[in-house]
Amino acid sequence: MAEKERFTYKKVSEVHFGLLSPKMIKKMAVAKVVTPELYDKEGYPVDGGLMDIRLGVIDPGLKCKTCGSKLKECIGHFGYIELARPVIHVKFIGLLLNLLRCTCKDCGRVLIPQNKIDKYTKELDDIEQQQSFDARRKRVRAIISNLKTINKCPHCKSRQQKITLDKPYSIFEAEKRVSPIEIRSRLERIPDDDCMVFGINPEVARPEWNVLTVMAIPPVTMRPSITLESGERSEDDLTHKLGDIVRINQRLFENINAGAPEIIIEDLWDLLQYHVTTFFDNNIAQLPPARHRSGQPLKTITERIKSKEGRIRHNLAGKRTNFSARTVISPDPMIDLNEVGIPNIVAMKLTVPERLTEWNREYLKRFLERGPKKYPGANYVIRPDGKKKKITDDTHEQIMEEIQPGYIVERHLMDGDVVIFNRQPSLHRMSMMAHKVRVLPHKTFRLNPAVCHPYNADFDGDEMNIHVPQTEEARAEAEILMMIETQLISPRYGLSVIGCIQDAITGNYLLTTGIGMPYEKAVQLLASIGISEFSRLPNKKTIDGKEVFSALIPDDFNFIGRSKACKKKSKPCIECEHFEKNKCKFDASVIIKNGSLTEGIMDKANLGQGSGFLLRNLHKRYGKEKTIKILGDIFRMGIQVLLIRGFTTNLSDMDLPETASSNVEKTLVNAEEEIDKLIDMYRKKELEAFPGKSIEETLELKILEVLNRARNDAGNIVLDKASKKTGTFIMADSGSRGNPINMAQMAACVGQQALRGKRINLGFKNRTLSCFKQNDLSPDAHGFIRNGFKHGLKPAEFFFAAMTGRDSLMDTALRTPKSGYLYRRLANSMQDLRVEYDATVREASGKIIQFIYGEDGIDVSKSEGGSVNVKRIIENVMRE
Amino acid sequence: MHDELFKEYEGKLNPKIIEDIKSNMPEKITKTQLKQVMDLVVEEYKKVRVQAGESVGLISAESIGEPGTQMTLNTFHYAGVAEMNVTTGLPRVIEILDGRKSISTPMMEIYLQKPYSTGKDIKRIALSVKETKVKDILSELNINVVDLNIELRINGDKLKELGINRATVLKVLNKEPKTAVRQSTVDKDLFTIRSTTKDINLNEIYKLREKIKNIFVQGIKGITHVLPVKRGPEFIIMTAGSNLSKVLDLEFVDATRTISNDLFEVAGVLGIEAARQSIINELFKVVDMQGLNIDKRHVMLVADMMCYSEAPQGITRYGVISEKSSILARASFETPIKYLIEAALVGEKDKLRSVVENVMLNQAVPVGTGLPGLAVRMAEKTVKEN
Repeated sequence: MAEKERFTYKKVSEVHFGLLSPKMIKKMAVAKVVTPELYDKEGYPVDGGLMDIRLGVIDPGLKCKTCGSKLKECIGHFGYIELARPVIHVKFIGLLLNLLRCTCKDCGRVLIPQNKIDKYTKELDDIEQQQSFDARRKRVRAIISNLKTINKCPHCKSRQQKITLDKPYSIFEAEKRVSPIEIRSRLERIPDDDCMVFGINPEVARPEWNVLTVMAIPPVTMRPSITLESGERSEDDLTHKLGDIVRINQRLFENINAGAPEIIIEDLWDLLQYHVTTFFDNNIAQLPPARHRSGQPLKTITERIKSKEGRIRHNLAGKRTNFSARTVISPDPMIDLNEVGIPNIVAMKLTVPERLTEWNREYLKRFLERGPKKYPGANYVIRPDGKKKKITDDTHEQIMEEIQPGYIVERHLMDGDVVIFNRQPSLHRMSMMAHKVRVLPHKTFRLNPAVCHPYNADFDGDEMNIHVPQTEEARAEAEILMMIETQLISPRYGLSVIGCIQDAITGNYLLTTGIGMPYEKAVQLLASIGISEFSRLPNKKTIDGKEVFSALIPDDFNFIGRSKACKKKSKPCIECEHFEKNKCKFDASVIIKNGSLTEGIMDKANLGQGSGFLLRNLHKRYGKEKTIKILGDIFRMGIQVLLIRGFTTNLSDMDLPETASSNVEKTLVNAEEEIDKLIDMYRKKELEAFPGKSIEETLELKILEVLNRARNDAGNIVLDKASKKTGTFIMADSGSRGNPINMAQMAACVGQQALRGKRINLGFKNRTLSCFKQNDLSPDAHGFIRNGFKHGLKPAEFFFAAMTGRDSLMDTALRTPKSGYLYRRLANSMQDLRVEYDATVREASGKIIQFIYGEDGIDVSKSEGGSVNVKRIIENVMRE
Repeated sequence: MHDELFKEYEGKLNPKIIEDIKSNMPEKITKTQLKQVMDLVVEEYKKVRVQAGESVGLISAESIGEPGTQMTLNTFHYAGVAEMNVTTGLPRVIEILDGRKSISTPMMEIYLQKPYSTGKDIKRIALSVKETKVKDILSELNINVVDLNIELRINGDKLKELGINRATVLKVLNKEPKTAVRQSTVDKDLFTIRSTTKDINLNEIYKLREKIKNIFVQGIKGITHVLPVKRGPEFIIMTAGSNLSKVLDLEFVDATRTISNDLFEVAGVLGIEAARQSIINELFKVVDMQGLNIDKRHVMLVADMMCYSEAPQGITRYGVISEKSSILARASFETPIKYLIEAALVGEKDKLRSVVENVMLNQAVPVGTGLPGLAVRMAEKTVKEN
């Protein structure tokens, strides 16, 4: 069987929708349900009951009376019940109302002359053909709304009466209730041709089928009962509801046969209507939901289909997979970027199927010999007839003898296998990438920190999943389309999403700013990152850091770029004021000539993700595999440099020289004085308002401006005067972590806390906190934090900092579900847009959305920042 | 200079790229060099073209949805004017993509014709656009209980500022039905309004007073605030509130550049293509302000999707998604029951041409590598066996 399953012979090409006619229901039913009882005294399903074994089996050991197959093999069969009196299907009540209002109560024709009927029918057909079902539906709605007002039948000239709906399902004509029997007989009179005007196709949905006379009973397999620990049986909600229906139905039959008074029959009929209604939908506004004895509402058909946990979104559009694993992740820069470290235990549980042939017989036999307990072994074999056999101590020998070409061996996961690695939320395609397996000891998945960014992963306890592709096709697609190296360039903006981070940037920054080292040390450094080719190092006693870095770059690579320190990014270097003696003062112009870094510092601007133009150029020139390799080498180099040099950050990094701290103090005092003056002017009403603003707003703006200036000045003093050799400064300068503002906040002054773009203005009456005077406009009273984190915050300052902190937390908490919903809507609406062979972008039904993708047909993930780099090509040609 | 060469490549290269080459090539380029450049660009262009079957829709959705998680929720105050704040960030993106008929902060940027744009009189021009009602120019509005009439005193300074003369005021006041207005001969700022309805009671006078407050004096309806701003070399007027069709009629307005941020207004006045461009521009405004980086192609695709039919449609179950051809695809989004019932009545067929339906049925999806089919010529013998 398994053998055959490998090939898809049949494919579903269409799904048709329609209503079940009473005839059809009876035809497809295998049993008529007549009793509400479920089991007899022995606990055996009653014939003609709701658990009748003709409807399918849910108990082990029993055989289905209809198809003869056992549990799990029998898919179940429908039954039916004959309703004593017809009952309206609630889901169609809107349609029924329209039908009754728009057709003659005597002759059943639509209330318009024949020629108009023909016209409308044709029009609807045209609309459907030219536009869509949806457009047709809209037109139908428009036609019907016109029909409602007509009160004389043009065919038999009889007067029509006003028909109203008393929700949820009673229909009144001129204040008199119309019974479902009457409704049904009226609907039966509507001719097929007239149905078309209402947008109903009489072949699949005759109007009267919406008033039920027989009801289909869903198979038992769709509503299995569960046996509780106590041995008691607990029935499914649907079975409960069906039980109610059958019970009332039987009572109604009996009463009718006994000739009971009309009033009793009416009551029972209503009750039957209620039960049938709640069987379809237990969430109808005007009806009390049917409940369990415990008071919890029953989950009936509509609730089963609907919403996120319903059948469609939970089981059909989303599915569970085997051959997957999940555990905590941890970093390992020593494995390659495109590898993932898999714990031993996981590798011995997950398997890859391999078909035994004459050529790999010996190879696979070795796996079988080792069995499931020894790595690398095998867990299962699959015989050509599809039987799966577990390899255990008992079966081991027999299997070893049995196997021959055609058997499939499920062997353990090994180094080099392709797996798909994923972290939720999977917001973009880089959230699921293929990696090569690297089986490692311990119990976490290991990944290279350089690929954290596309997954948005960190190591504070994050967990990730792997999936093992099981067929050759799946493996090939994963390898060609999903490997890390193919995902280097983001389809969102056309730049690299993978790059050096954190320590790797710091290390290379330090290396290229000039750590010199003896030749031996340089060799050692290269060897420690796995490079054994040292000929690229110049044959000198001491080797410059830049020369060590150059050893990683191909010797025919040329590149000109800028580093983060560059002040004038747009100007050519020669025009720059910091350009002295043919060299940038900050060493910010990066020049790589024939593979050696002659000038410039390697920092975030060249190595980091997003900006990394060095990486982009390498990618263009040498292709994805080599880029990934070079990036991995650069990454490890950075880390090794830090290991050798040592790197830390501490409180004394924030120490300022005496003069600097007094300067900071002076700036802040000056600012405060200036603000005092402003407040004074405001109090004396001398302040002139900005156009379009009140005086109060003007004052606020001016104060904010002064405070911001003061904070920036203080920050600049810190940057200027703080030691450049501290870890904190190096990190900020290289762009690996933090920025100068963070430093200024720690060393000098945290600055103004802003709440919705303004100073903090809420709290008590006329003041923010009770420790201030009322109407105090001074900076301190409105969230200006004049101390640095190192010095420590005053209580009021701390409180203000907490206010903004809480505000931003709230912002995140409110944003996540909103953006999630937006994303779902976008994805749902655009998921079937694709580029066709004629380069147009079309939607599933073939409507053209764009004649050429993005107006130029360029794939962003293949481009450079979304375009062809014409400039570079011209420069290259001109240079020759 | 090398026109015929460019002409030769017109079919092979996108016009935009040719423009790019033209603007980037140095003066002294020779013909052979240029040809070399062109050939290289053609080669490069071939490499970066999208492949058939590429699931561009989902990529665009991802590219816009993913940065959505990084956007802030704040509204942004325009140059400190409290009433003129602009919705930005995620709320604005949601507003645009929802295709809302009325947006929370409609705004306009009014560009002016040459002599007006220099900044002279800019304040007066701006104020003449602003919707002015009687309540904006009055200094007092009292009810004379004895005579049962209303006395209205106008703020002369404000009139001057807004460039309105008293005759206009009298005219607009006179337009109010069932009243008689008299301007005091002693005090030109004082108007007396008397109701001509017989037996008027105090209650009705009160109602009349409220009515008078809201009498329209001048300007353009809907524009609640104006702010002259210098942009580049010229002055423009930013407004809160929007009324594109009326503003474009003004003689001093540069109608080619003046724009509103209300999609439906733009679509109504300038047409669907303008609305599409408007969606792109508005989305980019937000994205840029947040410092995010999204390629224009993605935004373009979303805009094209929304502006497929005659009026912009939102990305909601009432808009774009209700237009899908597949029942199952619609049902998998929201309100499944409704779609299933509609489909059953008409006997609709789902042709399984898009993605979700095939996921539901465990079949290959018709995008990407699932798109092409393989035709294999079987040896005759095997055909018979089947």
